Amino acid sequence: MAAIIQGIGAATALTSPNSLDIKKSFLSISPRSLSVRKGSSFVVSSDGRLSYGLNGRGGRAEHFITNAVAAKEDTAAASTSSKPGHELLLFEALREGLEEEMDRDPTVCVMGEDVGHYGGSYKVTKGLAPKYGDLRVLDTPIAENSFTGMGIGAAMTGLRPVVEGMNMGFLLLAFNQISNNCGMLHYTSGGQFKIPIVIRGPGGVGRQLGAEHSQRLESYFQSIPGIQMVACSTPYNAKGLMKAAIRSDNPVILFEHVLLYNLKERIQDEEYVLNLEEAEMVRPGEHVTILTYSRMRYHVMQAAKTLVNKGYDPEVIDIRSLKPFDLYTIGKSVKKTHRVLIVEECMRTGGIGASLTAAITENFHDYLDAPIVCLSSQDVPTPYAGTLENWTVVQPPQIVTAVEQLCQ
Amino acid sequence: MALSTNRTVNQLLKPLTAAISATRCLSSDSTSIITVESSLPFTSHKIDPPSRAVETSPNELMTFFKDMAEMRRMEIAADSLYKAKLIRGFCHLYDGQEAVAVGMEAAITKKDCIITAYRDHCIYLARGGGLYESFAELMGRKDGCSKGKGGSMHFYKKESGFYGGHGIVGAQVPLGLNMAALWDLPAILVCENNHYGMGTAEWRAAKSPAYYKRGDYVPGLKVDGMDALAVKQACKFAKEHALKNGPIILEMDTYRYHGHSMSDPGSTYRTRDEISGVRQERDPIERIRKLILAHDVATEKELKDIEKEKRKVVDEAIAKAKESPMPDPSDLFTNVYVKGFGVEVFGPDRKEVRATLP
Repeated sequence: MAAIIQGIGAATALTSPNSLDIKKSFLSISPRSLSVRKGSSFVVSSDGRLSYGLNGRGGRAEHFITNAVAAKEDTAAASTSSKPGHELLLFEALREGLEEEMDRDPTVCVMGEDVGHYGGSYKVTKGLAPKYGDLRVLDTPIAENSFTGMGIGAAMTGLRPVVEGMNMGFLLLAFNQISNNCGMLHYTSGGQFKIPIVIRGPGGVGRQLGAEHSQRLESYFQSIPGIQMVACSTPYNAKGLMKAAIRSDNPVILFEHVLLYNLKERIQDEEYVLNLEEAEMVRPGEHVTILTYSRMRYHVMQAAKTLVNKGYDPEVIDIRSLKPFDLYTIGKSVKKTHRVLIVEECMRTGGIGASLTAAITENFHDYLDAPIVCLSSQDVPTPYAGTLENWTVVQPPQIVTAVEQLCQ
Repeated sequence: MALSTNRTVNQLLKPLTAAISATRCLSSDSTSIITVESSLPFTSHKIDPPSRAVETSPNELMTFFKDMAEMRRMEIAADSLYKAKLIRGFCHLYDGQEAVAVGMEAAITKKDCIITAYRDHCIYLARGGGLYESFAELMGRKDGCSKGKGGSMHFYKKESGFYGGHGIVGAQVPLGLNMAALWDLPAILVCENNHYGMGTAEWRAAKSPAYYKRGDYVPGLKVDGMDALAVKQACKFAKEHALKNGPIILEMDTYRYHGHSMSDPGSTYRTRDEISGVRQERDPIERIRKLILAHDVATEKELKDIEKEKRKVVDEAIAKAKESPMPDPSDLFTNVYVKGFGVEVFGPDRKEVRATLP
């Protein structure tokens, strides 16, 4: 099972001498970093270098993952002792992050439908209720508006709740709570109350789940002032974002995707937290900037393979932070490539891509050689029939065509 | 000892068979009234419960049996189709709860409207929906009742007053109940209490699982939901009440054999003994079968033949649905709005027509 570091004094199962050095250097820094609550973060990059800084701006360690699609080669018989870290699936990474935070901070609690005894409908909270008890991992009745409200109230009184929507679409029933209470309370109370809540759940188009269960709520929530939104796409960033979201004093909505829960990746054993507002450089390139998030990242990377064969060099950025956008990373990329393609699963009208297009045009207009192209899902309720559902979302061939047209 | 009893029973039956068949011809075609007592008395809240004696007829009993056999077959076939990946996504099965659907239909007309949540296959059938349309919809074909675009949770039938088929539920009932009571609306709120909210038992989700009492000022009735006749009696009673006095709550004590949906094994939060216990003692189809046999409405063999015939009908519908075509690509954009998708919009100069097809 995963090795979890809890500050000084935890034993880890690291075997290689190099890892031990990292552990030592990490442990010597960790108490200071962990005790600073507000605004500091540390980023551990994949080669073990540590850097930390305040508010994420100073510690901009560039974090490259060159094989963005969780590599299937890892599942081949590579022995776990020769490579550092451990392999896990995305839902296990979320659970690991949640468990580490619950161990670290007794005010972190979980609530949602079937999260306790059942273990979570996507197994994210499996095993937590036996470990932490029924009250800390609370099974709620089927009333999203009520238990989201309960979570917000808990946050106001000092707890750090993690509210799970069994499917993001169910959170529409809690829209009032999310918009009016999550988003506005810190403001309307003049800063008296903070809402350190995390609202998470799977959304997005799955495999023929029907219209109501295939919604992309990021487009509906993006205008709510006062909240932050992040979307995870790999086990590595899922765990890191979960931890960062829990540690954040602002309300954070963590968008997971139904189809990504079984992605496997090898992640490090040492503890790490990612930056909530930072985008992830998936594949550096020269010709065009492709901005994407969540499941579309994998469609983009699939298209990228074809594009590379055709001689293009796309730069792929997983924006991760849906609100606010990481305009620093995006801007740097736009200034390099001068062409932008946005690939998203939201609908065309009023989606994340639409806002991103506006933001880039406003800020980086002079650097653009071509109009921004935004590939989004069709503006239709997601049909049940499999063939129609495939036509609803963006497919890799469409991405290839768009890049070719953009780079003419 | 046993052998002799059997022989005597056989001897008793043999000479009588001719007589029975003679009377059977008379009784099964007629609408003679049979009075049956419901399995349990009705418990009520703020109202006098209806009598336990339910009037029914051989015709009605046979209809119940046939309809329930068809529903049960359909749900089991849907189970296999799901495992064969012909049905995808979410599939919530109704087997075990058939008595509620048929009992309700026996008490109301097609002009009365029904709306329900995602466990809607059998309600659709009870409302007059066809097996072919159901399976075609489940498999996402063009000939499905929602043209393949709705799926398992979105069956509708406007002509029969069936308003669906909805995926997302949560806390609408108390608010709806308040309004119905406020304006004395002729509404019946039926709670199909199968004791589990997906994986959470009712006692872990509700302080008071006596749902029929939860209406407080609204009267309620608790019914054995595995007894189709009790359901019919309660619904008839409820309809009379609702038309005169306003809303009423019916709590149907029923049970689902499958898990919450096909992705839920159904055994992590309840024991297999519990499931098989209910199946043995309270199965709705078995109850009607026993009634039919006890009142000599039909023979054991005839009932088995009916079940075989239903199996055949269901298999034929599935075969036909498997052959039916998938929707066209252009169907992606139909029925988004009433007047078609490519609504004309005029550009800033009011002259340029720009279609909004993406």
